[in-house]
Amino acid sequence: MSKLKTLYQSSLGKKYIMALTGLGLFAFVIIHMLGNLQIFLGPDPINSYAEFLKSKPALLWTARIGLLAIAALHITSAIQLIMINRRARPVDYSTDKIVAASFAARTIIVSGLIILMFVIYHLLHFTFGAVDPKFLRYEDYLGRHDVYRMMVEGFSNPFASAFYIVSMGLLCLHLTHGVSSTFQSLGLKSRAYVAAIDRLASISAGVIFLGNCAIPVAVLAGLVK
Amino acid sequence: MNLTLKVWRQKDASSSGRFVEYEARNIIEEMSFLEMLDVVNEELVAKGEDPIAFDHDCREGICGTCGIVIDGSPHGPWDATTTCQLHMRAFKSGDVITIEPWRAKAFPVIRDLIVDRSAFDRIIQAGGFISVSTGGAPDGNAIPVSKDDADMAMDAAQCIGCGACVAACKNASAMLFVSAKVSHLGLLPQGEVEQDRRVLNMVRAMDAEGFGNCTNIGSCEAVCPKEISVDFIGRMNRDYRRALLRNE
Ligand code: HEM
Ligand code: FES
Repeated sequence: MSKLKTLYQSSLGKKYIMALTGLGLFAFVIIHMLGNLQIFLGPDPINSYAEFLKSKPALLWTARIGLLAIAALHITSAIQLIMINRRARPVDYSTDKIVAASFAARTIIVSGLIILMFVIYHLLHFTFGAVDPKFLRYEDYLGRHDVYRMMVEGFSNPFASAFYIVSMGLLCLHLTHGVSSTFQSLGLKSRAYVAAIDRLASISAGVIFLGNCAIPVAVLAGLVK
Repeated sequence: MNLTLKVWRQKDASSSGRFVEYEARNIIEEMSFLEMLDVVNEELVAKGEDPIAFDHDCREGICGTCGIVIDGSPHGPWDATTTCQLHMRAFKSGDVITIEPWRAKAFPVIRDLIVDRSAFDRIIQAGGFISVSTGGAPDGNAIPVSKDDADMAMDAAQCIGCGACVAACKNASAMLFVSAKVSHLGLLPQGEVEQDRRVLNMVRAMDAEGFGNCTNIGSCEAVCPKEISVDFIGRMNRDYRRALLRNE
């Protein structure tokens, strides 16, 4: 217990939490993307995949609750760290000179906040059907929830698609700094691997961006209908 | 050359400060930045005004006492250079130079450009030492140390504790300083035995002083006059993780 308390209270411990929860969210984003990419195989695979997930409520709810807890931890730790950091530098310099900070690093809070807004919109859009209630009522020929049709109709709205694409760009930005940061925060980044880790961060961020954006782009281009 | 200086003047820790403009006339390129301030101060004293207070000691780049933010950069525009080793050839006649103290909650301004860096001393007191009595100087080769470890320990030991890392960091984090001190002792056999306790205690002291957290941006490394690498921060993150798992 006291170990957990030290972990939670120390600056380094909070960064471990940040990194581990970031890693958890990262893993989710990859799995989520692979699931969605099944849309390119036609309606059957993705609808039966959705049906499969719904048929395992224990699994589904464990994953949902776990994910919510991870996201909550990531965000609360981020807020705590930001507040400590603001307090540590109460007086600014007269010239705001930024030394050696990448764009992704400087905007990590902004990208994080927009991702949060996106996640809320995304859940309202496809999980709760709050944007268009009939989305949840579509059924395919086997009487399953027609996820395929819901996605195609959802992304046929260019504004919704544009928001998805911009958000994926920001997630990509968040991850270019986030993934390499994770290794550093956990003390796994040694001199020999710096270049490889930074490359891994850029490549995985790029793959996530392209993979996720392929869906709204394909729908808008009429390739998936 | 002639320069215009905008200097932060602050009477003491409890007063609020402000920028005051001074002319620095007949400055020679070969002067160091501190010698330039000496010239300005002589003029101020001759006029019966208070000289600009700044910290300095060795003036040869090894003690870590000097430290001023010059045009937004701790220790000024040159890489791997302390303020005392910065020379006026870095500037040209007519330049306007802004001169401020380190800014961090943990480094309160005492007067003008001087800040109180005793927070660093308290962090060292928490674990930046080796407790064994070493007796007389042993044979340097009696305890073998691998070349890689020796080199890395020496790289970390270069830290002069000037605080430029804190000054540069947008979060006023002391991670580069603390990680250099933790690593330089932990890499050597004499210091390794106490490494868990050292890293836990030094990090606790660092947090208690009100320094911020590392967001892996790298400004500290960029301004460090001794080119301490952020690799040491990664090393400390690892040492702390191990210590936490093994102890308490
Ligand atoms: C799918 C969503 C997200 C993923 C995959 C993700 C991933 C990551 C990763 C891997 C890191 C690096 C951790 C480290 O510094 O070691 C990170 C940092 C960060 N994230 Fe997220 N994140 C997500 C959502 C968010 C959200 C919604 C916020 C909203 C506040 C946020 C705010 C931050 C901040 C402020 C940092 C920097 C913390 C620091 O350096 O001290 N993230 N994120
Ligand atoms: S005065 Fe000693 S390092 Fe500058």
